[in-house]
Amino acid sequence: MTFSPTSLFGRLDDVQSDAGYAEDHPPRMGFFTDTSICIGCKACEVACKEWNMVPDDGFMLTGMSYDNSQSLNASTWRHVAFIEKPVDVPVPAGSGPSPAASGTDLGMPSVGVPQLPLIGDQEAPSGDGGIRWLMSSDVCKHCTHAGCLDNCPTGALFRTEFGTVVVQPDICNGCGYCVPSCPYGVIDVRHDDGRAWKCTMCYDRLKVGETPMCAKACPTESIQFGELTELRERADRRVEELHAQGVEVARLYGRDPEDGVGGDGAFFLLLDEPEVYGLPPDPIVTTRDLGSIWKHVGMAAGGMVALGVASFFGRRK
Amino acid sequence: MAEAHPVGFQWVVEAKKRGATVIHVDPRFTRTSALADIHVPIRAGSDIAFLGALVNYVLQNDAFFREYVVAYTNAANIIDDNFRDTEDLAGLFSGFDPEKGHYDPVTWRYEAPEDRSPDEQQRLEELEENETGGSEHKESHVAAQSESHGSGGAAVPWKGRRDETLQDPRCVLQILKRHFARYTPEMVHEVCGIAPDDFTKVAEALVRNSGRERTAAFCYAVGWTQHSTGAQMIRTASILQLLLGNIGRPGGGILALRGHASIQGSTDIPTLFNILPGYLPMPHANQHQSLEEWVRDDEDKAGFWGNVRSYAVSLLKAYWGEAATPENDFCFDYLPRVSGDHSSYSTIKAQIEGRSKGYFIVGENPAVGSSNGKMQRLGLANLDWLVVRDLQMIESATFWKYGPEIETGELVTEEIGTEVFFLPAASHVEKAGSFTQTQRMLQWRDKAVDPPGDARSELDFYFELGVRIREKLKGSTDEMDRPLLDLAWDYPVDEHGDVDGQAVLREINGTGSDGKALSAYTELKPDGSTSCGCWIYCGVYADEVNQARRRKPHWEQDQVAAEWGWVWPANRRILYNRASAAPDGTPWSERKRYVWWDAEKGTWTGADVPDFVPDRAPDYVPPEGAKGPAAIGGQDPFIMQTDGKGWLFAPVGLADGPMPTHYEPPESPLANALYGEQNNPTRRALTTPSNPINPSYSEAFPYVFTTYRLTEHHTAGGMSRTLPYLTELQPEPFCEVSPRLARERGLTHGDWVTIVTARTAIEARVLVTERVRSLRLGDRFVEQIGLPYHWGGNGLTTGDSPNDLVNVTMEPNVYIQDKVGTCDIQPGRRPRGPALISYVESYRRRAGITEEET
Repeated sequence: MTFSPTSLFGRLDDVQSDAGYAEDHPPRMGFFTDTSICIGCKACEVACKEWNMVPDDGFMLTGMSYDNSQSLNASTWRHVAFIEKPVDVPVPAGSGPSPAASGTDLGMPSVGVPQLPLIGDQEAPSGDGGIRWLMSSDVCKHCTHAGCLDNCPTGALFRTEFGTVVVQPDICNGCGYCVPSCPYGVIDVRHDDGRAWKCTMCYDRLKVGETPMCAKACPTESIQFGELTELRERADRRVEELHAQGVEVARLYGRDPEDGVGGDGAFFLLLDEPEVYGLPPDPIVTTRDLGSIWKHVGMAAGGMVALGVASFFGRRK
Repeated sequence: MAEAHPVGFQWVVEAKKRGATVIHVDPRFTRTSALADIHVPIRAGSDIAFLGALVNYVLQNDAFFREYVVAYTNAANIIDDNFRDTEDLAGLFSGFDPEKGHYDPVTWRYEAPEDRSPDEQQRLEELEENETGGSEHKESHVAAQSESHGSGGAAVPWKGRRDETLQDPRCVLQILKRHFARYTPEMVHEVCGIAPDDFTKVAEALVRNSGRERTAAFCYAVGWTQHSTGAQMIRTASILQLLLGNIGRPGGGILALRGHASIQGSTDIPTLFNILPGYLPMPHANQHQSLEEWVRDDEDKAGFWGNVRSYAVSLLKAYWGEAATPENDFCFDYLPRVSGDHSSYSTIKAQIEGRSKGYFIVGENPAVGSSNGKMQRLGLANLDWLVVRDLQMIESATFWKYGPEIETGELVTEEIGTEVFFLPAASHVEKAGSFTQTQRMLQWRDKAVDPPGDARSELDFYFELGVRIREKLKGSTDEMDRPLLDLAWDYPVDEHGDVDGQAVLREINGTGSDGKALSAYTELKPDGSTSCGCWIYCGVYADEVNQARRRKPHWEQDQVAAEWGWVWPANRRILYNRASAAPDGTPWSERKRYVWWDAEKGTWTGADVPDFVPDRAPDYVPPEGAKGPAAIGGQDPFIMQTDGKGWLFAPVGLADGPMPTHYEPPESPLANALYGEQNNPTRRALTTPSNPINPSYSEAFPYVFTTYRLTEHHTAGGMSRTLPYLTELQPEPFCEVSPRLARERGLTHGDWVTIVTARTAIEARVLVTERVRSLRLGDRFVEQIGLPYHWGGNGLTTGDSPNDLVNVTMEPNVYIQDKVGTCDIQPGRRPRGPALISYVESYRRRAGITEEET
């Protein structure tokens, strides 16, 4: 393994070489999830569980719109989020107070149902205001700089030749260090099993040149699988296309190789702020400061040694 | 569509990416609405008012595609002088008999020609003697023979006089204009709860996207069909699309989104009481005493339907093979007959009353999936025997042990005498066979695995059943046993040892006198030399190749992609595609070029199989007295109609009127704002004690409820609520209400609520969401409660069945139930045991529903 300043943080273009693979490793593979065409069908959730034999996650109505999976964890590797947002309409002067339920107002323009002059209060005539329903299939980000991978003491977590991050259940000892290391809260320990589990990007399928199950099952091709560099180009074009159609809110999340995790192996097109989807706005790999920490520890230790040594000098004999 | 057809919806997403405008009209905001450009919330059941207003908009603004309308529809036809519209009769058409509750359509006909041919003279005399307008007509409607003319539609006795300037006050276009004049945007606001701005937006988008250069398409499902005016809702859309020139054109048309993977197939090769394969009508016991009488009405009528004798005889040959000969009318006498209403709900009533003793339930779960669950279960409890074939132990099989009536004590297990046989069924990957889906496409599936244990396919089951019954009857001299003993009942076995499904498909396709597979239904003969199990499927096994098994990917084909699967009829993907060309045979535009006339070759050509006589020139005028396909003129794209035109006005064929009319659902909180007549006058009520109806605009039941589906579950839940991966996606039964209704009734998001109608009360969790809009109609709000209907008592997730709330009132043409009703909703769980009965009775008393009225 070639350890360099960018091994823990910053732009890293060849994540497999950094992990120790030979030059002829396969291209880095990833997901681009275009949530603007997600129809919330959850085929991705089911296909993933079927293929990977992930157990069901409990039968509980959450009341979180149509989202009963709640979040990614040890037994949910694809999670479709549903966010209902009333459309913020401009309130004409003198027409009264703003509506009670206006959702998160981050000052962003809204998209979707055309805006009518009346406010979004239920007492007003039908068809006023309207609602947006955002749907998005979340997944492990397979970060360039993966906190879980960095902190795993047993080597159960490793970087594959495809640039993905996989945990080996036969090595994992359930210590749980990986759990708080993930800035997205993805990996988790399965309670009745003891081990940590997460999305493998269907490593077994990649090895035989096949597509991960979620991408294969997605009927609208919201989940797209392929070489990460090509996906990034495709995503850039798609955002441009949406902007040209007047969908100004469209933006990419996790695409930037200079972000806090060095860019995601699984990145997204979102139609609102990340927080609206339950995603951290500025994820930073927990081991970013590791080099600096050890440097400072070294300096502190060196300082203490120096102090100790110095205290022996200048002593009266 | 995104909810119930997620895979098909990818094409809507694709179209939207290419600039299409997607408009979603639905009482609730669904996953389809999330991706639509415009969502229009509508009061459930008021669609004719909305669509009729769009028709009115198009007519008032002169925005119809004039050339198309004049040439291809009956807009120019003159109607009989005695016709009276709903404008004249306060919501009724002429010819209504209030005692019998049905119409005599004789005044709806095209004006009788003054210059009559001998044929026309005879038909006029028949009409005037009331032979076809009288008792036979009544029998027709009782026995749901509105579908009796199959894909062709009912016949008109003459083509009649036309005014192509469309000015004559008695021409169809002017009648249409007068009929829909009151369907204004203001009326839409008052009846549907749709704001005039939203309405105009939709109307403008439709008009902008129709004409030579652009087309618009409608997709619908049970939000239109499951109403007492369902057939007419679809009719209104047809009228609109004909006026806009969108039928038979690429990117146009009306797509019926069907509710199950192969339900199209189950009406093509039917499981319906009133039709035979290929939509041939079931013969009627009184009207059809011979083959001759059976085919006479439609034989030689203009168009391909005129060859009905060939289709009928070939079907009889497929059933009875060698035994069917010209001498014995091809075993026509062996066919069962209808004598009246044998529809599903009427049969349940007969079961309750002890007149129907046995029942096969195959791949269906009526205890959860049919309307008025109590009726279903009371019927089941009164049978001698019941056979259930399914993948799972469904509620319809365990009704005797568990169920709402067992809980209340209305049914007692020890007193139920029904003998129940449960036979495990093979799933679709455990058997080979075809599905016919919503596009009329047949797709063959190979067998992937063996079914577990004793599970068998339907094919194996029914074949074996036939073998055993015939064995028992062997040697019988009783005439009554001949229909079974003379059946052609031999199929080879395939490489898995199963009855060979491909052999059955081949039999359906049909064979000629040389025993070889036929290629087209035009090869069918009336003399018994051809055999064909379903004439519209003829061609699926052409050249001895299973055409339904073809899987050439779409990226290797053009947009029509004719080499994926096989579409009936004749692999023709868009019906009536002659209309994609102008009267002179040239495409309406380069952009919408689809099928056109190649003058050099003297044939129709194009991307798809032309839906026309291949070598019939655009300027062809059929000679006087021409019959069958010879009577199709060069400008008659609607080749299954006797006059070759699309019907804006239906002179015959529909039980409830030649034009659609808005009536309120049988249970409604509102009075009909359009007419004095509150409900569809020809609707069929089902009078039985377990089917009381809520009075309209009753204070006891002030809210509207409607049932619908979720992506995560499948119909009555047997295939989804029993699986953990689907159950965890939607793990508990719920209803959806608006925040305003929640405030009004004190409902808390996520808590239990009770919903009550005159039939029963159920409980569910409540999702309070802005996706359900409070509709303002005039000076009041109408609140709608949405109920996913998937739940029942068996499985990993269980709950009360919303269909238990629904009253059965049937649409008069096809006998389908209305899924909309009125109800009350209260916080908290429902009473249990006998207390439930008294709870419901207290509501009935408040609503004024007495025992005598039920």
